[in-house]
Amino acid sequence: MVAWTDFERETIKSIFGKLDYDDVGLAALCRCLVVYPWTQRYFGNFGNLYNADAIRANPMVAAHGKVVLNGLDKAVKNLDNIKGTYAELSVLHSEKLRVDPDNFRLLADCLTIVVAARMGADFTAEVQAAFQKFLAVVVSSLCRQYH
Amino acid sequence: MSLSANDKANVTAIWKKILPKSDDIGDQALSRMLTVYPQTKTYFAHFADLSPGSPQVRKHGDVIMNKIDDCVNHMDDLFPYLSGLSDLHATKLRIDPANFKILAHNLLVVVAAYLPNDFTPEVHLSVDKFLQQIALALAEKYR
Repeated sequence: MVAWTDFERETIKSIFGKLDYDDVGLAALCRCLVVYPWTQRYFGNFGNLYNADAIRANPMVAAHGKVVLNGLDKAVKNLDNIKGTYAELSVLHSEKLRVDPDNFRLLADCLTIVVAARMGADFTAEVQAAFQKFLAVVVSSLCRQYH
Repeated sequence: MSLSANDKANVTAIWKKILPKSDDIGDQALSRMLTVYPQTKTYFAHFADLSPGSPQVRKHGDVIMNKIDDCVNHMDDLFPYLSGLSDLHATKLRIDPANFKILAHNLLVVVAAYLPNDFTPEVHLSVDKFLQQIALALAEKYR
């Protein structure tokens, strides 16, 4: 059971409340695919991922960015049971998609940087700590069903 | 993952915008690291005050950032340039190299917050590679 402080709960809800999921989803996934190109291995059927511009313009990347952000939204709405909320998603990622869990951390780092860029000075160290704690719990829950 | 000509150009270009705010950025990056990754505080037990913005943290953020700024002019000879610092980190400071990645991440977060329009994915890639090269050079003498 994760212990959230009031500050962390409010901060996480506040951040996600202000995010444009379409914009941020695309930006985070695009950044991940560009900065860590080996992550492209999971998107063989996405068509043109040849360079940053192609990735940015790719509708499948945009669609999947949205899927990811909406998935995170579930965790935001179930902060006290992220593990349970993600049980099926964890099995999906380990059994079907076979994603190396290290990649979750890479995407989480890219999302942190995108949110920092959107929030600027409001993304204080304490806010960053809360946000990264949330992502760490998400990543841990996604890793749970791997064996 | 060595630096291409394009990487060097990207790093040089964005550092022109980083330099005027270099002290703030260095201070922020170190403060954030200590707040978001509290285990890194173990390396600063000798600092009286580890709260964000404390004078010792500010000063140390400056020291680190100034050196990174210098590395921008030494991208072609990073390893020889950092040889002395590598000795220091290996024999005296003995910081686990995993922490270089942690500091690098926090530096990227601060740069993104300060320069959101300039810190595109392509530039992020180049800066990340640059910081990883510095980390490699620093760890060179570890064993």
